[in-house]
Amino acid sequence: MSATTSEGEMAGPKRDPQVADMLSRRRQRSNWIVKALCILATTIGLAFLALILVTLFWLGFGGLQWTVFTEATKPPGSHGGLINAIVGSLIQTAIGTAVGTPIGIMVGVYLAEYSLGTRLGNAVRFVSDVLLSAPSILIGLFIYQVLVNPFDGFSGIAGGLALAVIVIPIVVRTTEDMLRLIPVALREAAVALGAPKWKSIVLVCLRAALDGIATGVLLAVARIAGETAPLLFTSLGNLNWSLSLAQPMSSLPVTIYQYAGSAFEDWVQLAWVGALLITLGVLALNIVARVLLRPRA
Amino acid sequence: MSHSLASPAKPLASASRTSSVGDVVFAAIAKAAGVFVLLLLGAIIVSLFIGGWPTFRAFGMGFLFNADWDPVQNVFGGAVPIYGTLVTAVLAIVMAVPLAFGIAFYLTELAPSWFRRPVGTAIELLAAVPSIIYGMWGFFMIVPFMAEWVQPPLIDALSDIPVVGALFKGPPFGTGIFTASLILAVMILPFIAATMRDVFQTVPAVYKESAYGLGCTTWEVMRSIVIPYTRVSVVGGIMLGLGRALGETMAVTFVIGNTNRLSTSLFGPGNTIASIVALEFPESQAGSLKLSSLLALGFILFVISFIVLAISRTLLRPGAK
Repeated sequence: MSATTSEGEMAGPKRDPQVADMLSRRRQRSNWIVKALCILATTIGLAFLALILVTLFWLGFGGLQWTVFTEATKPPGSHGGLINAIVGSLIQTAIGTAVGTPIGIMVGVYLAEYSLGTRLGNAVRFVSDVLLSAPSILIGLFIYQVLVNPFDGFSGIAGGLALAVIVIPIVVRTTEDMLRLIPVALREAAVALGAPKWKSIVLVCLRAALDGIATGVLLAVARIAGETAPLLFTSLGNLNWSLSLAQPMSSLPVTIYQYAGSAFEDWVQLAWVGALLITLGVLALNIVARVLLRPRA
Repeated sequence: MSHSLASPAKPLASASRTSSVGDVVFAAIAKAAGVFVLLLLGAIIVSLFIGGWPTFRAFGMGFLFNADWDPVQNVFGGAVPIYGTLVTAVLAIVMAVPLAFGIAFYLTELAPSWFRRPVGTAIELLAAVPSIIYGMWGFFMIVPFMAEWVQPPLIDALSDIPVVGALFKGPPFGTGIFTASLILAVMILPFIAATMRDVFQTVPAVYKESAYGLGCTTWEVMRSIVIPYTRVSVVGGIMLGLGRALGETMAVTFVIGNTNRLSTSLFGPGNTIASIVALEFPESQAGSLKLSSLLALGFILFVISFIVLAISRTLLRPGAK
């Protein structure tokens, strides 16, 4: 419809005011229709977020008791909590972040400072971007193949390392982007003072980019804190209280997965509580990260 | 932009010639980290291929087209999950792209400027919600809704039409391929919308102002200036969403219905590669042909996602226009 409108407009040497008026009104009308549809689309998008949050509060808030944070997971009907899952998630997320962040920063430094125009640099950037969106369940399978199967055991450390693989490309992306934003003058000043390149990178560029990199790390933490698929075959989940990194380890997402699919009402209720906790945590991290980034953006 | 900022590394390079061991070591560590990432991707591909090798050897190319998944007879074929993966991802794209376009259009051209940031952030938060939450929400909210309100009228209305009807036949369980696609669409919506928004913002203001100066309406500026200017990157953003949809696990696992039979109906249950791996893995013994088949499926999923993501990246690269 709109295509004919613009053609009619092009062909317009006849100056019939009535035709011009009609055309103008038609163009305005299609403009309004599209605008209305866009507002509708945005409303639908926001409605999904609202619906998810309302559902989580509605079904999860009621089950939020102190025992959730004081008791470990227990058999159905015996008033268990989620503390082992929460602690397990914290441990594995910490391992993933601690292992993945330094590697990611170094790769980002390599890409931004050393690899200009080299084929290796382009290959690394490409591979890192692919890893950024690679299916996380395959990372779980990979860790299963190289760490769990050969050593004959699911473990918290395997889960943490699977999460580290997810952290690396996120940190690479933000580190490289942030380093590229550092003004030339800053580097030149460092060089003029006689600083070797590595010092100018570590003490000047990385420090100046710290806010941005911290944002990337926070977003990475938020991402891995909610990951389920890579943990299914690595840390497996554990319904007992265990802090051993060599043993299967519980985590909030995997516990939610096990509980939500169960037939026991109190387990499903706990799954909703866990879902509420994890969503609030992840969204809070995201908002904090965005506030951190704001002054630079 | 990034190129002009990056160029000053050259004077640094000449300065570093005079300096110490520290530079050499630091550069070596950085390079090693870069190589490590390459090796990581290589290791993922190789480990999945080695794990899937017994299956590839036993069934050959037939694995891709065989729809039987029979652990009792030890016969495994990947056709059902491969079909499910492709169909759910494509359907999700079909549903998500118009919505994402509308959101991106609204955020770049229509919304009052004070309103853009909060709405944009809210849409990005939708991307941050963990996939397991989408799965639970889909299972407890969307599935009953579909079974009660959406599927029965559609089945009644459409299943008698020849050819098309086959897509809508079957009992209204609420689960199945269509529901999985719907949840996937909601999940990838923010990714595509955010990419489109960022891309739309790269259009030089002069172009748009010129069109407005000629008397174009907002929609005409969008259609004749912004979309042609950003076409390649928009397709790249859609491919990025497709890549996400292909490998999504938890959200699909809850609602797909977990059936290893080929179903022509969109309301029928099925499986995707990711969901069958998540669901069948706990019942597979180490070293069994079944586990090998799951790893083989993982390898296939990796190849498909790799191709899609590679295309996406090529199209989204700055200066790809």
